Amino acid sequence: MAQIGSYALLLALALSAYSFLAGTIALVRRDPGSERMGETARRAGIATFAAVLLAAVVLVICAFQDNFSIAYIFHHSNRDLPAPYKFATLWSGQEGSLLFWSLLLAAYGFVLRLRYKTDPRLFAYASVVIAAVQVFFLLLLNFAAHPFAVMQGSLPPDGAGLNPLLQYPEMVIHPPMLYLGYVGFTVPFAFALGALIMKYPGEKWIHVTRRWTMVTWGFLTCGIFLGAHWAYSVLGWGGYWGWDPVENASLMPWLTGTAFLHSVMMQEKRGMLKVWNMWLVFATFWLAILGTFLTRSGIISSVHAFAQSSIGEWFGWFLIITLAAFLYFFWRNKSHLRSEHKLESLVSRESSFLFNNLLFVLACFTILWGTWFPKISELAQGHQVTVGAPFYNSVAIPVALLLLLLTALGPLLAWRKTSLESLKRNFLWPALGAAAVGLVMMISGVRPWNDISYFYALMAAMLAALVSLTVVSEFIRGGRVISAHSGQNLFASMVHLLHRNTRRYGGYIVHFGVAVLVIGMLGTPFNREAEKEMGYGDKMSLGPYTLVCQSYTQEYNENYSSEWAIINVLKGEKQIATLYPERRFYKASQQAQTIPRIRSTAAEDLYLVYEGLNPDTGRPIIKAHLNPLVMWIWVGVWIVIVGTGVALIPNAQAVVRAPAPKLVESPAVVGAGN
Amino acid sequence: MQCGFLCLAIFILIGSGDEAARFDHLGHQLMCICGCRQILLECNHVGCPDSDGMRNELMAAVSRGDSDSLVSQAFVQKYGPTVLAAPTNTGFNRTAWIVPFVALGFGLMTVVFIVRAWRSRPAPALAEDLRPVRGADLEQFRAQARKETEL
Repeated sequence: MAQIGSYALLLALALSAYSFLAGTIALVRRDPGSERMGETARRAGIATFAAVLLAAVVLVICAFQDNFSIAYIFHHSNRDLPAPYKFATLWSGQEGSLLFWSLLLAAYGFVLRLRYKTDPRLFAYASVVIAAVQVFFLLLLNFAAHPFAVMQGSLPPDGAGLNPLLQYPEMVIHPPMLYLGYVGFTVPFAFALGALIMKYPGEKWIHVTRRWTMVTWGFLTCGIFLGAHWAYSVLGWGGYWGWDPVENASLMPWLTGTAFLHSVMMQEKRGMLKVWNMWLVFATFWLAILGTFLTRSGIISSVHAFAQSSIGEWFGWFLIITLAAFLYFFWRNKSHLRSEHKLESLVSRESSFLFNNLLFVLACFTILWGTWFPKISELAQGHQVTVGAPFYNSVAIPVALLLLLLTALGPLLAWRKTSLESLKRNFLWPALGAAAVGLVMMISGVRPWNDISYFYALMAAMLAALVSLTVVSEFIRGGRVISAHSGQNLFASMVHLLHRNTRRYGGYIVHFGVAVLVIGMLGTPFNREAEKEMGYGDKMSLGPYTLVCQSYTQEYNENYSSEWAIINVLKGEKQIATLYPERRFYKASQQAQTIPRIRSTAAEDLYLVYEGLNPDTGRPIIKAHLNPLVMWIWVGVWIVIVGTGVALIPNAQAVVRAPAPKLVESPAVVGAGN
Repeated sequence: MQCGFLCLAIFILIGSGDEAARFDHLGHQLMCICGCRQILLECNHVGCPDSDGMRNELMAAVSRGDSDSLVSQAFVQKYGPTVLAAPTNTGFNRTAWIVPFVALGFGLMTVVFIVRAWRSRPAPALAEDLRPVRGADLEQFRAQARKETEL
């Protein structure tokens, strides 16, 4: 089996190399024969997918067959590993995850090459760029991180097992989502670079890549928050984001990708920011690769990092080469990107996008700076320093609040120019609503002058309210207009409005999701915790809850042994739940893992951790966290995903409406705004 | 005057008496040094060889009434500079804090410069059969658009 996988990878490398070289030659020569050569390059690209898929399937089969003669399977699986995790073995380690990355890239390339008739020449350029990236990953897989490397010496009876932290249902879907996001940004980058090289006229490449970018952004968003949920549900420290370098690595391309999704509208509608968009697409792709470099090079220490290996150098060189290639083509063809920049007013949608992009890129830079600062410090001072949550919370939160303010303001601003009167009229009620939220919070006891985190929480709540009310008011206003024209009721009109401009109103739903997500986050300063050794019948109080230890016991199965406590949760005198915090000891990997148990409500999460047995008394130590509002983070993410889905739906046609009132009989005129 | 002294006394008493809050605050400014890369008070992995001892040291220092800076210095001396969860605001470490704000200032200046430059550009010429609408006509169009769209 290992040989089949190895040959499949070699074949994939040969096919992608051919796709790149033949595709390049066909594009450069442009003679009658080059068209046929280009077609063979396209087909070789499609065949690459089949070859990489075969290699991936072989690796998964090996995992299910417990084929420990393959070193990768030995290191990341064992006989008693449940089936879903055996499947997840594909992306659980260095070599397998690179194979998975290559598979996803080949799959994206496969779809792209099938849809080439949309614009054969532009797609041919994009296909060549994707083939070049594919060649890099397949070189890695064949010569630096071979997933089918064979074990030396006698065959081990069982594998070393999967990392216990990864034996959790979300880990079966979190990495694929994240990788779909990372890898997916190769597609808009490929189109952008292709358009730059061929001096593609107009903005069609933007239209072609818009859906790709949104789908990719959606996957990355899912991946990031599945990771956050996994951290919350598995790591047992009661939080969901630790500003670890690897978490930061996933956030950076997300930030630039989000900036691109906004600024691209400037190019579509006004022909502006062509250079900036080109750089944003490149930066997003490059940061995705940089994230992989950080994870795998060992250059920055992280709890998530893969084992340190030589492939960091490969990624380093790849980053340099892609930067050099992009700079070369940008320098050569930059005149093609000249825009007709004309801004009529500071109070306009264009301005808000400029500031929004500034803040997104600044947030990305701040995180990049914080992630690399330990290394910079080592170079400058001879020793590393830690850049952890206190730094990011101080620096990134103000930027996030400003972004939230722009999220609220942006939809109220018209393209070209917004009159102050119109802004006041549209902004008044949402602003009053936000002020009311602030007032209620202060009356409820939030004193922003006592602690900076309370100030941030208050501001975040007010701005989240502002964003939500802005979105609601936009739906109502648009719905009323349609209702007046079509005679439908307001709700039906709002649904119709959504169908008429799915991108715009899907975007507003995403904004609303972000506001809900922020509401979930602002509970953090009010977190509480308690810890106690609990014997039979012992009690511990936390907030409105009383925890009573009913029992504690042990259990064994083939994969792990576990210790767990049975904790009754009382609110007042009434028992409302029973939770079973657990600690597992995995046999194959000889590693321990806590499994927190969470009672989640809209108001707060009660989060229990079994910390271990006191060796002196034999009684369990239970740590309890009371985390307000956390559920709203996950609700907000779902809303963001729904909004992204809505934005991907094609627009519906306008409803039959009453004849439009005749304006003024006059020759064609301009100047009445947008 | 008396009121002022009373406020000052309350402020000082609250500040010195709240050991648990200080412990919590300082414990979130320090890292566990076992390699887990977690904040000291959030380190939860079973059998951690370091976090319990570090917490006890921190509790002892807070109980003694050591100032925040003294506690930090003691931990840095014992465990090295990576024990602090964020760079200090001294020496080269200060650049960690300054650079993001310098970038913000630079970015803002750039955006303002761009906006001003773009605003000062002349409007593109209109086609021959088009004439700009101004004055009362423009207001009439605006009013009609507002009425029909409520925007």
